[in-house]
Amino acid sequence: MGELLPKIPVDRAVESVLDFFLTYFEGFFRLLSKNLASFVELLVSMLNFFPSIVLILLLCALAWYARSWQFALFTGLGLLFIENIGYWKHTMDTVALVLTAVTISIVIGVPIGILSAQRDGVRKVVTPILDFMQTMPAFVYLIPAIFFFGLGVVPGIVASVIFAMPPTIRLTNLGIRQVPADLVEVADAFGSTSKQKLLKVQLPLAMPTIMAGVNQSIMLALSMVVIASMIGAPGLGAEVYRAVTQLKIGSGFEAGLAIVVLAIVLDRFTQNIKKK
Amino acid sequence: MAEKTAKIEVRNVSKLFGKQQKKALAFIKEGKSKQEILEQTGVAVGVYDVNFDVQPGEIFVIMGLSGSGKSTLLRMLNRLIEPTSGEIYIDGVDLVKMKDEELRDLRRKKISMVFQRFALLPHRTVLQNAAYGLEIQGMEESERKSKAQQALELVGLKGWEDSFPDELSGGMQQRVGLARALANDPDVLLMDEAFSALDPLIRKDMQDELLALQSTMEKTIIFITHDLDEALRIGDRIALMKDGKIVQLGTPEEILMNPSNAYVERFVEDIDLSRVLTAAHVMVRPETMGIDKGPRVALQLMRDRGISSIYIVDRKKLLLGVVTAQDASRAIEKGLVLQDILISDVPTVPLDRLLTDLFDLVANTSVPVAVIDEEGRIKGVLIRGAILGALAGNKDAISLDEATSTKREVG
Repeated sequence: MGELLPKIPVDRAVESVLDFFLTYFEGFFRLLSKNLASFVELLVSMLNFFPSIVLILLLCALAWYARSWQFALFTGLGLLFIENIGYWKHTMDTVALVLTAVTISIVIGVPIGILSAQRDGVRKVVTPILDFMQTMPAFVYLIPAIFFFGLGVVPGIVASVIFAMPPTIRLTNLGIRQVPADLVEVADAFGSTSKQKLLKVQLPLAMPTIMAGVNQSIMLALSMVVIASMIGAPGLGAEVYRAVTQLKIGSGFEAGLAIVVLAIVLDRFTQNIKKK
Repeated sequence: MAEKTAKIEVRNVSKLFGKQQKKALAFIKEGKSKQEILEQTGVAVGVYDVNFDVQPGEIFVIMGLSGSGKSTLLRMLNRLIEPTSGEIYIDGVDLVKMKDEELRDLRRKKISMVFQRFALLPHRTVLQNAAYGLEIQGMEESERKSKAQQALELVGLKGWEDSFPDELSGGMQQRVGLARALANDPDVLLMDEAFSALDPLIRKDMQDELLALQSTMEKTIIFITHDLDEALRIGDRIALMKDGKIVQLGTPEEILMNPSNAYVERFVEDIDLSRVLTAAHVMVRPETMGIDKGPRVALQLMRDRGISSIYIVDRKKLLLGVVTAQDASRAIEKGLVLQDILISDVPTVPLDRLLTDLFDLVANTSVPVAVIDEEGRIKGVLIRGAILGALAGNKDAISLDEATSTKREVG
């Protein structure tokens, strides 16, 4: 086979594209990296502004308001447990990373989702890109991410965004496409502009589906924290990674448990926003 | 009809779905059927070469089975579906040539639509739903609320403003749909099988309500239905569609009594005549006599005509009562005048009373029931034989002209 057809030089092509970007857009990536880092820093210092117990109480109250006393109880006990085993600060680092990644996913993903719902052409281009983002092993783009953004939390965020954004885009697209045809007709028949149609009919009706996408994005971002820690992102993932490499099975399990508790709390919070 | 300016004029409007439209159009001109065209070109003929006018204040019903093109036709009237060819004039302006902005303005102010499955926005309250059309026009909140409120009161939904659509029954939801359409105060209402999703009793109520509203609002209404009963009840005129074409257009009576072809005939053959025919259709000419005449004249007239009672009217032909032959001869013996023996408690019905509502009355009274117009003038009487004859489909027993002309007065 190999003798009949010369190998297509995919590897060299990718490398030269990377070189190109590294050479000509270095300043841009540096600026982006700096801004992202300071955003995360700000978030972390905000989360650590309150003593942990105050934040836990606040979250309990919010959980009660948003859902039920059972959920408030779980939130309280779960977070106290994390505090008790000594992973509070790491948890806040992880929360900051996840929230940043998810915010970026929403800010970029929702408009793309809307566009692909409105134009079949956009959807046809976007769908394979999303497949690519979701299935390409993270390790493959982790190293280039270091080239562009250096070590630390920023490449971790970038990797999380790549992995976590697709559900937000897919479900925004789906949610808008699933708005019943006669309601879209109502918007048109009464003379709505496309913006009015989007804001007053399509987005409100698609909101539960979009929120399901955001919820999925949060879960995927959380599942990336250990991988992100390999390139220097701080937080629970780093604790898991360190424990595993040092064969400290017990503390690895502790940090893992903290991730699970965090995941459940975040999941239940975002599952509920739609029902208000 | 022709002397009035039409509100809506539809000229040679066609809608084809598919790619090889030129080829399909050529085939249509050759007279090929919808089925043949679909097989040979892949083009579905939605509507083909439809022409009609709708007069201001008219309820124009477009009727047909599913797939007949009626919904497509309706949606072309506000360009939710773009016509492939043809012109649609509203107040003399061609809708098909309108730019986006003009079209939007038309949809906001002149044409509203009521949908089959209500199509209320589930995340909005009843009031917010009714105000939707006003909201997108940019009307201030207080103003649009009061207008939407008025529209809701008009359809009998006062007190439900803050409910959500899923808390309402089907009939009430469609009232919201109607209120939403009326809130803009449009000239034209497009109603797409508006009552088809409701159960029969509610449907009848809504039809009555629409007619009552229409008597004060004078909107131009285009109403789509697949239900002939409904079409006959509410339509001033009916266009019957089949395979994208109008096969007959006329008043309900014309369609019922003179189906233009076998298709229409099959459509109307199952109709329950008693729900279509009114008192005006089956009444016979009344025997009347002036009140100033004496009992002898009355008796003589009754003997001549072979009847046992005669209706007494005043100079203006207003119905005063009835006199029986028995009473007349008694009056002659005792020297009484006509007033003394006049039975003023006569059963009367208006011209537009449906036959189905007449049976009881006719069966339970001894004197023939009088049919009167709005001023109280006697127009005819109901005789059992004539009613039965009409129900049996005997066309001689039905007076079309009278009914057609009086329907206009009444409706």
